[in-house]
Amino acid sequence: MSESVQPSAQGAPGQPPERDERVREVSRFRKALVRPELGAICGVILVFVYFLMVARDTGMFSAEGVMNWGVVSAQFMIIAVGACLLMIAGEFDLSVGSMIGFSGIVIALLSVTYGWPMWAAIIAAFLLAMAIGWVNGFLVIRTGLPSFIVTLAFLYILRGLTIFISISTTRQTIIGGVKEAAEGDWLAALFGGKILGGLFVWLADIGVIGKFVAGTRAGQPVIDGIPMLMVWALALIIFAHVLLTRTQFGNWIFAAGGDAQAARYVGVPVNRVKILMFVFTAFCATVFATCQVLEFGSAAADRGLLKEFEAIISVVIGGALLTGGYGSVIGAAFGALIFGVVQQGLFFAGVESSLFRVFLGVILLLAVVLNTYIRRLITGER
Amino acid sequence: MADTPLIELRDIEKHFGSVIALAGVSVSVMPGECHCLLGDNGAGKSTFIKTMSGVHKPTRGEILVDGERVAFTSPRDAMARGIATVYQDLAMIPLMSVTRNFWMGREPKRRVGPFRFFDFQTANRVAMEAMREMGIRLREPDQAVGTLSGGERQTVAICRAVHFGARVLILDEPTSALGVRQTSKVLATIDQVRKKGIGVVFITHNVRHAMAVGDRFTVLNRGQTLGTAKRGEITTEELQDLMAGGAELAELEGSLGGTV
Repeated sequence: MSESVQPSAQGAPGQPPERDERVREVSRFRKALVRPELGAICGVILVFVYFLMVARDTGMFSAEGVMNWGVVSAQFMIIAVGACLLMIAGEFDLSVGSMIGFSGIVIALLSVTYGWPMWAAIIAAFLLAMAIGWVNGFLVIRTGLPSFIVTLAFLYILRGLTIFISISTTRQTIIGGVKEAAEGDWLAALFGGKILGGLFVWLADIGVIGKFVAGTRAGQPVIDGIPMLMVWALALIIFAHVLLTRTQFGNWIFAAGGDAQAARYVGVPVNRVKILMFVFTAFCATVFATCQVLEFGSAAADRGLLKEFEAIISVVIGGALLTGGYGSVIGAAFGALIFGVVQQGLFFAGVESSLFRVFLGVILLLAVVLNTYIRRLITGER
Repeated sequence: MADTPLIELRDIEKHFGSVIALAGVSVSVMPGECHCLLGDNGAGKSTFIKTMSGVHKPTRGEILVDGERVAFTSPRDAMARGIATVYQDLAMIPLMSVTRNFWMGREPKRRVGPFRFFDFQTANRVAMEAMREMGIRLREPDQAVGTLSGGERQTVAICRAVHFGARVLILDEPTSALGVRQTSKVLATIDQVRKKGIGVVFITHNVRHAMAVGDRFTVLNRGQTLGTAKRGEITTEELQDLMAGGAELAELEGSLGGTV
C-alpha cells in the first residue's frame, strides 16, 4: 500500500483546465443559493418588512405583541424540529397532531382522574408516545410501505383512541383541573413555568416595558417571564442543528434519507436511524402537548388537529426536500417563524383570518418550486 | 506476484429456488492483478459478485481468503476481510458533500467534553489527500457529489474503498454509463489501484474496456465459466465471441460489417 504513485500520470486528461474555470464563474452564486435555509431567510425578511409596514401601530411589535407571536412560533418550531430531522431521514409522520392530542389526554387522565403525581404522568406520556413513535418506525421499516400510509393510519388510530379513552373514563372529551394537579410539581415547572421573571420586573421598573395599570395584576410587568415553551423550542433547535450538522449521527440521517441502500452498503444502520427519528418526532409532539396542557390547565381530545401538516409545511418552507436527504433545522425554525408571525400578524393587521390559509398554500407552492430548482442545481439532473 | 491469491472462489454454485444462477464458477484474484469478469446480461455476473462480497451465501463451493476458507455472513463481514465493492449507481449520495460521502459510516470524531463531534477538519484534509494520491483533483471537499461527473463519482468511490483498506476491490460495471473521456479516467484509476498491490475484480460487458486494463479475463455465460485467459493469450474478437455465445454474433458481425 505504501508504493509510490505518480499523480502526474492522470488527472490532467480528464479535467482540462478550461472546464474548471467555467465552473468557478457561477460557483459563488450557486454556493449562496445552494443553502437550504436561503428561501426561509428571505421569507422571514419579507414577512417582517410587510408587517412593519402594515401593522406597526397595532402593538404587534410591542413587548406583548412580540410575546404573542413568539409563543405561537415557538409552538410551530417544536414540532417542526422533529418533522425536519425525520424528513431529512427520508420519512414523514402524519400522526404528529393525533400524538399531541393523545399525550395531552394521557397526562390529564393520569394526573387528574387517576391522581398520579404530575411528574409520573408526564413521564408516562413521554414513554407511551415514544413507544408509539417506535412502532410507527418499526412498521415502516418492516413492511417497506411508505411512511405516508403507515402514519396516516396512526393519525386515525390515535385520534380515535384518544377520544374513546377520554369519553369512556370521564364521559367527556375535555379534562380540566391540570393546573391544580401540577401545583408545585418539579417536572411540570420544566414545561409550564416561566424563567427570567426578575429581568422583566426590572425592565418594567426602568420603563422599557409597560406595567398593568388596573385589575388584579396592577403594578406587575405586562410580561412576567419567558415561557418554558420558548426555552424548549430554542433548546430543541440547537440540539437538532448540532446533531444534524456536526455529528456522525447527523451524517447518518442525511445518508438514510439521501439513498438508504447506498448508506447500507457502507455500513450505516439505516433502520435504527429512521426508527430513532420517528421516536424523536413523537418526543417533540409530547413536548408540545405537555406545554399546552399545562398552559391551558386542561387537555382536550381534539387538540393538535392539522399540526402534522403545519409541521411539514414549516420544514418545506425551511428548504428541506420532501424526498429526504436534504434540509436544515435552522431553515425549519425560520419556516415556523414565518408561520407564527403571519398567523398572528394578520390578526394584528385586521386582515380577514381566512386569508391566512390562502397565504400558506401560496407560500408552500413557492417553497416547493424553489426547493426543486435548488435540488436540480445540486444533483445536475434536468 | 505472490503465489497465494487474495481471494479464490472454487466451483461456486448458487440456486434461487429452482433457478440455477451459478453452476460452478471458479475465479481467483492475485495481488496487483486486474481480473476482468465479462458476461452478457443474465450471465450471472451480479450474483457472482454478490456472493464474493458477502450479500449471498453460495449454495455449494468454497471461498478462500489468503488461502484460508471463509464463510461471509454479511457484506460487513466481507468488508472486514478487505473485500470492498463499488456499485455502479449506488456508490455515492448526490445530495451530500464529497467529504460526507467519503466518510459515510466511518466518520472521524473529535471529543469535546462528553460529546463527540464529526471532525470535519481532519475529514476534509484526509479525503482530499487520499484523492490527490490517486490523481484525482476536486475543487472543494464540501461540494455536493451531485455536481461531479459520473466518472468522478466512480473514482471518488474507488478512492474511498482503497483508503479504508480494501485489498480486493470489486467494481460493478464502473464504466457502463460513462462517456469516452470519463471512461479513460476510471480505467486510469483502476490502473493506479492495481499498482498499489490491490486485487481488482472489474465487471464489464465492454470487451474494449476490459482489454485496456485487464491482466486476466474470465467469461461467464449462463452461470458457467467459459474459461480464464491471460493477457496476450486472447484477442478482443475471441473474447467478444465467447461472451455472446460465439456463432450467432459472428453471423451478425458479418451482416453488420464488423461494427459490433
